[in-house]
Parts: sequence; structure tokens; C-alpha cells
Amino acid sequence: MAEVNEIEKVEEKEYSILNLGPTHPATHGIFQNVLKMDGEIVVEAESTIGYIHRAFEKIAERRPFYQITVLTDRLNYCSSPINNMGWHMTVEKLIGAQIPKRAEYMRVIIMELSRIADHIICNTVIAVDTGAMTGFLYLFQWREAIYEIFEEICGARLTTNIGRIGGIERDFSQKAWDKINKFRKEFPAGLKEFTKLVERNRIFMDRTIKCGPITAEKALNYGFTGPNLRAAGVDYDVRVMNPYSSYQDFDFSIPLGTNGDTYDRFMVRQQEMWESLKIIDQAIAKMPEGNFHADLPEWYLPPKEEVFNNMEALIYHFKIVMGESDVPKGEVYHAVEGGNGELGFYLISDGGRAPYRLHFRRPCFIYYQAYPEMIKGNFLSDAILTMSSMNVIAGELDA
Amino acid sequence: MENKLLNTISEKLKAKFGDAVISAEQSYDFPVFEIKREKIFDVVKFLKEDSEMEFGFLTTMCGLHYPDNKGKELGVMYQMHNMPKNWRIRLKIFFPINDPEVPTLTPLFSTANWMERQEYDFYGIIFTGHPNLKRILNMDEMNYHPMRKEYALEDGSREDKDDTMFGR
Repeated sequence: MAEVNEIEKVEEKEYSILNLGPTHPATHGIFQNVLKMDGEIVVEAESTIGYIHRAFEKIAERRPFYQITVLTDRLNYCSSPINNMGWHMTVEKLIGAQIPKRAEYMRVIIMELSRIADHIICNTVIAVDTGAMTGFLYLFQWREAIYEIFEEICGARLTTNIGRIGGIERDFSQKAWDKINKFRKEFPAGLKEFTKLVERNRIFMDRTIKCGPITAEKALNYGFTGPNLRAAGVDYDVRVMNPYSSYQDFDFSIPLGTNGDTYDRFMVRQQEMWESLKIIDQAIAKMPEGNFHADLPEWYLPPKEEVFNNMEALIYHFKIVMGESDVPKGEVYHAVEGGNGELGFYLISDGGRAPYRLHFRRPCFIYYQAYPEMIKGNFLSDAILTMSSMNVIAGELDA
Repeated sequence: MENKLLNTISEKLKAKFGDAVISAEQSYDFPVFEIKREKIFDVVKFLKEDSEMEFGFLTTMCGLHYPDNKGKELGVMYQMHNMPKNWRIRLKIFFPINDPEVPTLTPLFSTANWMERQEYDFYGIIFTGHPNLKRILNMDEMNYHPMRKEYALEDGSREDKDDTMFGR
């Protein structure tokens, strides 16, 4: 019997096992995939995640609400302002705060800028993975311009901690407006240049069309959201379906793909950048007068001069910093359209100073599990391209 | 309008499952239903496949731990979304910590796979029938489930970070 088994073994096809990651330059982050390869074709894949797990959900159970903003920065760090705003809005929903229109419009400008920054990173990196370095270098200066705007507004660039519960920390300065207007004026030319380099480039198209496709049905079953789902042809966008922060005031369309492949995902993001610009334009044009924060003394820090000169302001200052503001009991879920999908915050408050339970619905944690299925039967080089086109961010994946 | 949604769905569920629906209430913009653990698979299947309900999208899922609710210490929260009609609902189940077994949703939603692994990792909830129930974010050698409330965030033996004045 033993001999027969050995003969069978010889006749069996031999596969090679390839460890792609955890630190591989082509994966742009700490992603490990154990691939079973038949020559250059991926037969099976298994993803291992958790390399930068920092237990944010646990840490959040011990922090006052305003200190959780910095945790959300580190989820999808390519568009941290969206995460920050999502968190602020979750708390505002819990405490029932009304935010002035001006603050909401300012938030929209910030969020759309960071959506552009997020898409710039993802799309240029797709181009890099197909070998087109130039577009990456050209377009990245506009991401720098966006980060300079953030720096002007909040003082930070990557992990922004932008905005506060109840509004924005300060009104946009004249310099910030100048930078926004300059970006608004000059960015379209840069984006057009990138478009010309890549979008209808034969080599790029041959390389990305039919690479890592997913059907709409499967995408929904796998919990896809954001540009990846829209590339498969489902017009789901949180900004339209459950408008938050006055998105209902703006006129914009949702770009859709048809095949759900790498090229469609790329194109959806390209189009979304134009739509974001449209939203920013409208927000600037319609910017209402008024205050940039709500009248929420229990949550919104008073100006420093008042803290030193006014008893009440001092008390509130201490209450906020020590995290002793009163919170109602209850549970809320609030979702925003993040750079790569529906970013949700599920918050249970028991009236204590910290959340009883805080759960982040991290879009890329949920859709990354489809990755092994998407690359099955494709070339290894397509697997790399599929991963970069899915916009998987390690910080959000592992939370 | 939101209460209308709550009533519609709770009538539907009660007609179909009777006692398995323990409670139905509105929490902010979500109708919330507490379901008996044994029936959760059937309820989710019904909600997904019924022609009127069509909750075809599992938005998220997370574990819960209430150490003081004796006999109902652990829980799981599910959120489902009917995209065409934009209905969102939340389902909850609770069960004793000594018997943390829940039927898996992986046959209905592929996306439940990692979500359930994450809650197994965090809370030690056993999803029976799950194809690959192992830890996902923490290391395999870990011998406890860190999100349970009995585990303090920081090492309890440290004295330099004593903060009895603030925090739980």
C-alpha cells in the first residue's frame, strides 16, 4: 500500500507556497498573504492580519469622549479628518447637539479635501504598481497642498485631530482660505495631467481591465462599501442615503463602474475627485454666516482668555478636560462615507465618562476578506494590483 | 416615520416567530430587536430572504459584555441594512457567559466570517458551524479574551499609574 501512495504522490501536482508579506514593498503596508502557487497563478490564498492591532476598542472604553478622536485618526490615516468628523458627529448624535450650518459646511470642505487626498494616494499607487511612477510623483504635490491646508486649520498634517465635539476648533484663517482657493484653482490642471497620463493609456488599461473583478452580488455579500462597491455597479453612498453634515444641500453625482475590476475602481475614484471638487465649490459659494461651533459649554472648550478671566468658563474647561461632562445613556450608530467605504461608529454609553462599548465598523476590515477570492486564478502581479486598488489601509484593518 | 418602520418589522417578526422576539424598541434612528439566541439564524435568514424585508446587507456585528446581567452576560449585536428602501435595523441576542455558543451567519453572509472571528477573538463567543473559527487580530497563543470587562486595560500590578480618582 505504501508504494501505491508514493506513486500517487508523485503524480499529484506540486504547488509552491509563497509568503507575500508581512513586509513586502509591493503590499504598501503590513499585510501577509500565504499564497499557494501553480507557477505564476495563485491557486489559494490566506490572509493573516493583526500585525498592528492596537486594541482601540478596548482603549476607548477608558477614555473620555474627546480623547477618542486621536484614536480615530489612526484608523484610516490617509483620510483622518473624515474619521474625526465621524466620531464628533456620533457624540453629537448621542447628546442631541445641533450644529450651526457654517460648521457643517466647513466640515464638508475638510472632509472632501481629505477624500481627494485619500483617492490621490490610492490611485497613484495603482499607477505605481503598474510601473507608472511619474503620475505618482506629479500628483503627490497636490496631496501636499491639502496637508498644508490641514496644517493651517488645525496644526497637524497626517493624524489631524481636526474639529471638536460641537464644531471646529477655530474659524478658517484668511491664510487657510487662500490656500483652499489656490488649491481649488490649480488642482484641476494637475488632475487633468494625471488623467492624460494614465486613464486612457493602453498599457495601463490592458493591465488593469479584468484584473481582480468582483460581481455586485458578491460584493454586497462580502459587505463592500465605498468606491469598491460602486465600481461593481451598486450606487450606495452614505452621503446620499443617510445625509449627514448638510450633504443634502449639495448637488453631486455618484460615479459608478460596471465590472468591479481594478480599472473600474480606479475610474470611480478618479470621478469622485471631480465630484468632491464640485462639492467644495458649492460649499465655498454657499458658506453661511454664523458661528463655527455650537453653543455647547459642556463639550466645547471655551476660549483661553475666558478660562483665565471667567469663573464659569474655568469650571467648564476643567469639566471637559477631566472628562466629567454629563452623557445621556443610550446607544447610537453613526456612519460616514470614508475614503474607502462606510465608516461606522457604534457607541453604547452608560452615562459614565467613557463609552461602555465602542465598535468601529471599519470598511476595509470587512471587505479585505474577499481578497483571497478575488485573486484566485490570477497572476501574482495581478494580486498585487488588486490589493492596491482595494485601498486597504493597515491602520484601519487592524484597528 | 421611524416608529412606523419599527412597528412594521416587529409585527412581521412577531407573526412569524412569536416568542422569539423578546423586545422591540426605538433607539435614536434605529429599531432595535432582542431575539432569542436559538432563533437568530432563522430570523436573519427570514429578514434577508423575505420579499418585503430584503435586508440583504449585514452592515456590522459586535460583541457585548454586561457582567452584572446574570444569565445574560454576553451578547452580540447585528446591524442589517435594506439598501433599496434604506431601512436599517439592529438585532441583539444575549446569553450566559458559561455557554457562549451562537449559530454562525456565514452561510448567509460571507462577510460574517471575519466579523465572527473578531468577536470570538475579543469575547470568546463560539460561533457554531463557522468554517474557520480562530483568532484574527490577537496572537494565537493568547489565553484570554481581552475585551471582556474583567480585564483592565492596564496591568493591574502597576502602581505608578494609579488613577483611582478618575476612570472606572
